[in-house]
Amino acid sequence: MDGAEILARLGERFGAAIRETHAQFGDHTAVVDRAAIGDVLAFARDDAALRFDMLMDLTAVDYLTYPGREDGPRFEVVYHLYSVTHNHRVRLKVPLDEDDPVIASAVPLWPIANWFEREVWDMFGIGFAGHPDLRRLLLYEEFEGHPLRKDYPVNRRQPLIGPRT
Amino acid sequence: MPEMKGRTPVTAGASTLGGAPPESAPASAGRRQRHELFLGEGVPESGTENLLVNVGPSHPAMHGIVRILTELDGEVIVKADVEIGYLHRAFEKECETGPYNNCMPYTDRLNYVSPLINNFGFCSAVEKLLGIEPTERCHYIRVIMSEISRICDHLTCVGASAMELGAFTVFLYMIKAREYLWEVIEAVTGARLTISYGRVGGLKADLPPEFEGQMKRAFQETRTVLAESHKLLTGNRIFVDRMRGVGALGKDEAVAWAVTGPLLRAAGVPFDVRRATPYWVYDRLDFEIPIGEAGDNYDRYLVRMEEMEQSMRIAEQAFTALPGGPVNVDHEGRPFTPPAEYVDRGKLGKTGGLLLTDIRLSPNLRGQERPYHARVNAADRRTVLPAKENAYGSIEGLMNHFMLIMDGFGIRPPQGETYFPVEGANGELGFYIVSDGTDRPYRVRCRPPCFPPVAALPVMVEGEMIADLVPTFGSVNMIGGELDR
Repeated sequence: MDGAEILARLGERFGAAIRETHAQFGDHTAVVDRAAIGDVLAFARDDAALRFDMLMDLTAVDYLTYPGREDGPRFEVVYHLYSVTHNHRVRLKVPLDEDDPVIASAVPLWPIANWFEREVWDMFGIGFAGHPDLRRLLLYEEFEGHPLRKDYPVNRRQPLIGPRT
Repeated sequence: MPEMKGRTPVTAGASTLGGAPPESAPASAGRRQRHELFLGEGVPESGTENLLVNVGPSHPAMHGIVRILTELDGEVIVKADVEIGYLHRAFEKECETGPYNNCMPYTDRLNYVSPLINNFGFCSAVEKLLGIEPTERCHYIRVIMSEISRICDHLTCVGASAMELGAFTVFLYMIKAREYLWEVIEAVTGARLTISYGRVGGLKADLPPEFEGQMKRAFQETRTVLAESHKLLTGNRIFVDRMRGVGALGKDEAVAWAVTGPLLRAAGVPFDVRRATPYWVYDRLDFEIPIGEAGDNYDRYLVRMEEMEQSMRIAEQAFTALPGGPVNVDHEGRPFTPPAEYVDRGKLGKTGGLLLTDIRLSPNLRGQERPYHARVNAADRRTVLPAKENAYGSIEGLMNHFMLIMDGFGIRPPQGETYFPVEGANGELGFYIVSDGTDRPYRVRCRPPCFPPVAALPVMVEGEMIADLVPTFGSVNMIGGELDR
């Protein structure tokens, strides 16, 4: 299935929940409503024609300082799906507002989402509702803030933490 | 906000490892509580107590720094948890702070055993954003160098795994073969590990004249070592007993955990980015994708051994098919103009095509006697840093260099986002880059290939013996640099 057909199939199934689609640089992308993302991911995984059985990557982008998007939703959670069965790819993006950066967890669908989501929580402070164990992955628990947010200064120092007593 | 789960490190008390635990040990409330703080598994019904063992973060078999917390019942791992992040260097944040070319040295340090693949993967992602296509020759050289890197990576992985099972000879042999390959890499890039050889739109330099002989010799040595290692390991009773049926990850599980690369192929899924979504010139080369059946450590070992042979095949084919004529001509087949003549032409006002003509200088800068880089760089000169001899030797080269380095100039892809996957040594290595139209990437995300297998490590080791943790962890081939970024 080529990218345009994938987007069309998602569009006809979910209608307005798919806010927009594009195929920039040949990467087919759908922007999905936060409320629908759980269903969209489940459909993408289980539908026989799509069968996206692999969650290749899950990350986020902070659009705080992006030109032209200063007033829009601040975060975007980005899913890269791949189908081993059909050998096709798609990218799903979910915009999130700054005051309520929480999205449904994908752990029930793919176990690997556990670590990906922990990393996103660690780096961006985006919460995942239904995640079984959402703690920091790369940084230590005492770390303050979320470093990949655009308002986190690149040169901020935090105290080194000694062994816990 | 979801609740953060605290974790209290627990030191193992009286060792019950190996011996039978005392029968009458009362499962007191205090102890029970201590266990629940750790991994949530309580005291078993028998009244014996599970033992908590920290493997790592600094341990000879941990290939870097990673901590595996294990809860043991006797010698069997009941539960395991992996703690990573000890090598976190803020790769993604640092990439946002400088121009695109500044990311190149950071990508070297992602998978430091096969840095060339990271370099080229990042370059290709930026090229996709820019919409430029490097030359054929560049593609072929990228393929050759990537495959050499892949062999280095597999040699390190298999050699280290074998060493941890006692086969030190194999480790030495494999490191010897890797040494020959690294000599080739050194001759091409000027460095052994931190090579920074990729350039957006091209390469730092072309292959040196002695490349063919060196590569042939290195491959010959590697093949000898592979044959020797096959004899030493493949039928070796101790090795097979330790590897077969251990650390297995089934087909569906591996896919659900997004495991790619040799681990997925060992489970019987023939997914390889080079074949699934061919990039560069992989679709013109003939190679096979070895797959296993059981997905255990032994199959992973066999897959890696076969992949090294396939990589050599690819590199040899690519070198045979390498486009371009004799070495001392530029991209149009013209011989290079000597510097004096070049200057004379400039004095006469014949400046047409000057940038296309390379000059050859011989001051003391090493490595600048390679004037044929022009054939590998993209036609769009606005992206590729000029060779140092041009930057230092001609005003056009200096201006070209300056325009790429100056703040606010340089490579400025259009606004947008792209994801470019390549087949790294451990699986799919993807770069997701968001551009805001300036000369700095807005966001660089690296999808590290060894991240999913390490996440799936508890699934592989739970229910197995503590001693099997080492070969399983070795076969995962964790590379701290790309795992923690």
